[in-house]
Amino acid sequence: MELKAMDQTQLLSKMAIGDGHGESSPYFDGWKAYDENPFHLTDNPNGVIQMGLAENQLTSDLVEDWILNNPEASICTPEGINGFRAIANFQDYHGLAEFINAVAKFMARTRGNRITFDPDRIVMSGGATGAHEVTAFCLADPGEAFLVPIPYYPGFDRDLRWRTGVQLVPVMCNSSNNFMLTKEALEDAYEKAEKDNIRVKGLLITNPSNPLGTIMDRKTLRTVVSFINEKRIHLVCDEIYAATVFSHPGFISIAEILEEETDIECDRNLVHIVYSLSKDMGFPGFRVGIIYSYNDAVVNCARKMSSFGLVSTQTQYLLASMLNDDEFVERFLAESAKRLAQRFRVFTGGLAKVGIKCLQSNAGLFVWMDLRHLLKKPTFDSEMELWKVIIHEVKINVSPGSSFHCTEPGWFRVCYANMDDMAVQIALQRIRTFVLQNKEVVVSNKKHCWHSNLRLSLKTRRFDDIMMSPHSPLPQSPLVKATN
Amino acid sequence: MRLLSTKATCNSHGQDSSYFLGWQEYEKNPYDEIHNPKGIIQMGLAENQLSFDLLESWLAKNPDVAGFKRDGKSIFRELALFQDYHGLPSFKKALVDFMAEIRGNKVTFDPDHIVLTAGATSANETLMFCLADQGEAFLLPTPYYPGFDRDLKWRTGAEIVPIQCTSSNNFQITETALKQAYEEARKRNLRVKGVLVTNPSNPLGTTMSRSELNLLVDFIKEKTDMHLISDEIYSGTVFSSPGFVSVMEILKERNDTDGIGNRVHVVYSLSKDLGLPGFRVGAIYSENDTVVAAATKMSSFGLVSSQTQYLLSAMLGDKKFTRNYIVENQKRLKRRQRMMVSGLQKAGISCLESNAGLFCWVDMRHLLHSNTFEAEMELWKKIVYQVGLNISPGSSCHCTEPGWFRVCFANMSEETLTLAMKRLKNFVVESTCTQRSALFNGTSKRKSLTKWVFRLSSRDHREQEER
Repeated sequence: MELKAMDQTQLLSKMAIGDGHGESSPYFDGWKAYDENPFHLTDNPNGVIQMGLAENQLTSDLVEDWILNNPEASICTPEGINGFRAIANFQDYHGLAEFINAVAKFMARTRGNRITFDPDRIVMSGGATGAHEVTAFCLADPGEAFLVPIPYYPGFDRDLRWRTGVQLVPVMCNSSNNFMLTKEALEDAYEKAEKDNIRVKGLLITNPSNPLGTIMDRKTLRTVVSFINEKRIHLVCDEIYAATVFSHPGFISIAEILEEETDIECDRNLVHIVYSLSKDMGFPGFRVGIIYSYNDAVVNCARKMSSFGLVSTQTQYLLASMLNDDEFVERFLAESAKRLAQRFRVFTGGLAKVGIKCLQSNAGLFVWMDLRHLLKKPTFDSEMELWKVIIHEVKINVSPGSSFHCTEPGWFRVCYANMDDMAVQIALQRIRTFVLQNKEVVVSNKKHCWHSNLRLSLKTRRFDDIMMSPHSPLPQSPLVKATN
Repeated sequence: MRLLSTKATCNSHGQDSSYFLGWQEYEKNPYDEIHNPKGIIQMGLAENQLSFDLLESWLAKNPDVAGFKRDGKSIFRELALFQDYHGLPSFKKALVDFMAEIRGNKVTFDPDHIVLTAGATSANETLMFCLADQGEAFLLPTPYYPGFDRDLKWRTGAEIVPIQCTSSNNFQITETALKQAYEEARKRNLRVKGVLVTNPSNPLGTTMSRSELNLLVDFIKEKTDMHLISDEIYSGTVFSSPGFVSVMEILKERNDTDGIGNRVHVVYSLSKDLGLPGFRVGAIYSENDTVVAAATKMSSFGLVSSQTQYLLSAMLGDKKFTRNYIVENQKRLKRRQRMMVSGLQKAGISCLESNAGLFCWVDMRHLLHSNTFEAEMELWKKIVYQVGLNISPGSSCHCTEPGWFRVCFANMSEETLTLAMKRLKNFVVESTCTQRSALFNGTSKRKSLTKWVFRLSSRDHREQEER
């Protein structure tokens, strides 16, 4: 029903009418382009390849096999139906004990069993999305702020701010030191907030980082802990990508810092972890978010708030069974890391061959790609221009650094774990073609000697041989269409 | 500096209310037929446990769904990755069809106007976020579901102003009460953004009459920025006449000539009708595109698990099943309610005549020492601790008259219900004896007690004969 804009302003809340949902950001424009013309190997081979979605599709087969072999884990199968009514009826926000215990165990295992987690401190939420919002509701009042190192996941703008009224204050990180978080940057951000009369209630870090794909080293984590303790502010660690670490150095959880770094003072009441199974296990559709807090009052409050986003007991029951299968979990984590490493090598290798570098990383489902050399000018306008070309001409949806609030133009987050091998090759091919076309244009513009032209085309043919060689495995599996 | 937020340290979550305290007591000492026969019987939980066998038999006949399969092919991957807040189209279609069926197909719903949420809890909160700014108010008829204090007010900062309903007219909403509530809000400088009703009512167990519904629609029609939210979570539990009339039906009848279709919103859930509260399936239905758009984005904070959406899309898509389920479920609820009502009668207790819900609104005013809420609390504690029944005191539902209690009947076996009624009767008989001896010892209030004692004593004789 059509209504005048004026009417809606009076009729609905400011929240409903405003832009706080953040979906006007360019982050979503790429998705729209993909939605309108999605790549499909056979049905739409010239469509847009989705590389803007940080999903882990590399291990679905392992989970699928497990489910097929464990029918009793489902309350709908003949083997499991005896549990149906009790499970369907259970709405206690403490969650199914076997589920909560299994999650605690899984969290420990993804951290190499170097620490343990107390199931009583685990609170469910509607995905990490829900977890972040609940945490913000518990720790900060409207107008108060969280410090967040940039670049950061665009969803935070909505999750932490929209309905809570909380603000985000950026902590500057840049390529000069590989975007590592420094004490100076933290202090600067805190001071700036103070000057602007903004009360800082906490610091939010994502480790492993989205979009960087890097992990925080021990020194940085220690710095962070000292900083928040000194300022008496909360530390929220989003460890949603914990099990996507596929090579050295290993992942260090904030939980480990609390246990091991006993020389630095830290009030545990200030530390909270946000987690989810969406990335590590690859089932975002099941909406399993977790808040783990060392602060009893926060656990209690978050638990009450979890009423607004509990995990379906059908899912709790299934996952309790799955995560309690020690043999499966061990095999899964090892295989997942292996496949992520392999995919990472193939993708970054392919990029390197056309002179595209990425930030050195060892985690996540994406790379932080450096396309600064392809920008006409080192400006965000140029970045947008390049991005539009990538979407509409190269036909790949990637995420521009500006959507992550990066201060340097030219960086792009590119996801590689949400497609099969064939799609990766096709994506690399398209990138190669684009880069070489670009180079040729640049070369002809610069009026170089014809020698270099020849050299360029020779290079191309050799690249073709490598990419399409008969021994490289290119399975004819149908692509799973990402449905976001 | 204060470490946590105001929301974390206040008690607007409402969990200090007796509604929740009763639950806690139950949890400490839960009744079990074999292991704890003297434990507290849970009658404070509005759950529908009467029709699980129907769901189970459907599942047995539809193994594909359980194995994440569609037409024999595995769709696990698709479901595992599906996090689109627009929801599974097949599920939304099946859900709106089910909603229409419950309403005798007198109205239809457009799947594009449905927003899926994690239970009605989330649906109600989300609607508040969309319709009211902090400090604005909604009018709610009392008595109302205690959870609303948390769902509508806690994180939204919205206010609730009660529309006082009384037993004088079976707690129906009157124009006077509505206007008084509105005035009260104005006196408190609160901008009223609408009215929220639960129809069928929790805790009354009654369906709203056509005249009440028209009264509400007329009321919001006059005020251009007011909304009407109808929480129809119990719509499938209507088991006798008068039947259920949804606000959507009223709008259809009025041809929405008032142009208020974009200010009326329905909340639904499968927790009560299907007895699946664990699955967290809630929905907002609105013809207002902006509300749908905003609520859809907000649903990110509490989406329905894709495997649950898939399961239910298949189940609710089976029209033969849903037709049969709706009828059979209502039959069983009716039978169970009758059991409770007659059990209460035997204890000399009456309740509000009801035709829906999973509970009765029980009148225990005659068992109060005095017509006060203190007396109600005293009675409630006796019933929880001595009688061993967790029931919900009317004060927790913001009832203005002491002595009413919500007692649930659909979350236990017939044997347990029978036991509960027996315990209650024994308690009443004992109380009567105590009262009568107190009377002989010359306590005051003789006049008001006489009639009551007389009524009970004649009943006593009858009971002795029955035994």
